[in-house]
Amino acid sequence: MYQLVSIELYKIFKKWRTYIGFIAIGVLVPLIELSFYLAQKNGAHFIPRNIADTFVFSGNILNGYFVSYLILNSLFIHIPFLIVLIGGDLLAGEATAGTYRMLITRPISRLQIVTSKYFSGIIATISMILFLALMSLGLGILFFGTGALLVFKGNITVFASNDVMWRFIWAYCFSFLSMSVVVALAFLFSSLVENAIGPIVAAMAVIIVFMIISVIDVDIFVAIKPYLFTNYMQGWLSFFDDPVDYAEITKDALVLGGHLIGFYIITLFIFLRKDILS
Amino acid sequence: MNSDKIIEVKGLTKQFKEVRAVDNLNLNVLRGDVFGFLGPNGAGKSTTIRMLLTLIRPTAGNIKIFDKPLKEKRKEILIKIGAIVEKPDFYLYLSAYKNLEILGKISGANPTSKKIMELLQLVGLEKRYKSKVKTFSHGMKQRLGLAQALLHDPELIILDEPTTGLDPQGMKEIRDLIIHLSKEKGKTIFLSSHILSEVELIANRMIIINKGTTIVEGQVQDLLNSGKLKVRIEVDDYNKTMDLINNSVWKDKLNSDSGTVLFFNLVKEEIPELNKYLVQNQVNVSAVIPVRSLEEYFLSITEGNE
Repeated sequence: MYQLVSIELYKIFKKWRTYIGFIAIGVLVPLIELSFYLAQKNGAHFIPRNIADTFVFSGNILNGYFVSYLILNSLFIHIPFLIVLIGGDLLAGEATAGTYRMLITRPISRLQIVTSKYFSGIIATISMILFLALMSLGLGILFFGTGALLVFKGNITVFASNDVMWRFIWAYCFSFLSMSVVVALAFLFSSLVENAIGPIVAAMAVIIVFMIISVIDVDIFVAIKPYLFTNYMQGWLSFFDDPVDYAEITKDALVLGGHLIGFYIITLFIFLRKDILS
Repeated sequence: MNSDKIIEVKGLTKQFKEVRAVDNLNLNVLRGDVFGFLGPNGAGKSTTIRMLLTLIRPTAGNIKIFDKPLKEKRKEILIKIGAIVEKPDFYLYLSAYKNLEILGKISGANPTSKKIMELLQLVGLEKRYKSKVKTFSHGMKQRLGLAQALLHDPELIILDEPTTGLDPQGMKEIRDLIIHLSKEKGKTIFLSSHILSEVELIANRMIIINKGTTIVEGQVQDLLNSGKLKVRIEVDDYNKTMDLINNSVWKDKLNSDSGTVLFFNLVKEEIPELNKYLVQNQVNVSAVIPVRSLEEYFLSITEGNE
């Protein structure tokens, strides 16, 4: 299995499509950081007006942690669209290229094929999130240094500088889980068709619809919200609560973990019964 | 069970919704055979090959390969099979060498660099080993397809239309390679082809299928020699010959004529009798040539089955 996963990873990282997400992050994050840097030089203070009117802030709240937190908040909703580019291609890409035939006529089981592709998709996803962490937190600390983190979530919470890093580490770990669910969904769609574009678009459509439903507070949507996995993807934010609600985070993680396993089992079921006609 | 049977197919059936692509097909491939698998388009050849390679699941029937049931012993069987199914497709963004290395590892062979380069040399691609497959012509991909089928030194090689799209030189090279693999390496070869002259040249046994079911199976030469032959006879005096023919039992056996060249439908034993009849009546016969080919046999068989 180790060899199969390493072959799949090699194939993933040899494809141009894989790097679209990395390039987008690699361009966007430094641009955002540069804009913060320039804005700071021009005297911007990055505090919401209603809060600035009520409280007096001394010193500079703009530091690497604050920048990274803002980037994570604003990009987290868009990262899934980069992730599905990897997941949608995993199985359907083989069908489009005709290489399914080469794979399945080898002495490996379909279970091994699905499992190795599934794990390699998750590893590729984690590496993209790690790259995001490196770019936002790493570059942020490099350019802006460290300091206390101010979090505005209805109220204001100030975390001391030495109380922040572990929160980011756990937040990114949670992001691994939520983005893995995204890649698993695209992977599931990828097993149904023989063209990679279909699963990519379908997975994006599901995520968009679910996210919209998650934020609209009308009775019918509120009732179905608990059944949408996107509702649990923002669980990483809970690590920036004081105190941290571990029960809530565990619940979110279990729901996402359930989806991760569920999507895998459905994909496996489809692929084991699939006639390869491509 | 005869241990010399490499492939044994019994009652194989595949139903796609309303279409029955393969219908109660039976076939046997013996060790060392170059087995020709023939049939018109849509006869069920590719579907059968895909079932032999577990790409699609049969609706009914049994497949045994190397005396083992395919369904239960898939991995053990596939480790001893090399195949090209329809056109060989590769990871276009990888080099020829890397494609073979990956496919070899998946096959459990872990081929050495030397082995990969030997195979590339065998198919004449050693100078392009670093080139990405997307830069390859169709013929080069076909040859690389053959190399990947040999990566793990398989006992049985299944080739589905291996010369499709190749120029005559390329076709000959592949044909020579198949003969080499059969004669020198002792491989059993299951060859599906539309090019009947190719099967006639290479195969020792064959099966013709139509509408998913067996029409005829046996030794190529026996099948070619059975039934009526089309015989080309060249004479010096057309009018005299036609008079003689029209006033004899041979009239009904005349197929067509073109000047001094006449075509008859004859059984093998009738050829010397007709020759004797013409010579005894002072007609100079300059040539008697049986022109029956596998193509004509194939057409007579499949048309009769319409």
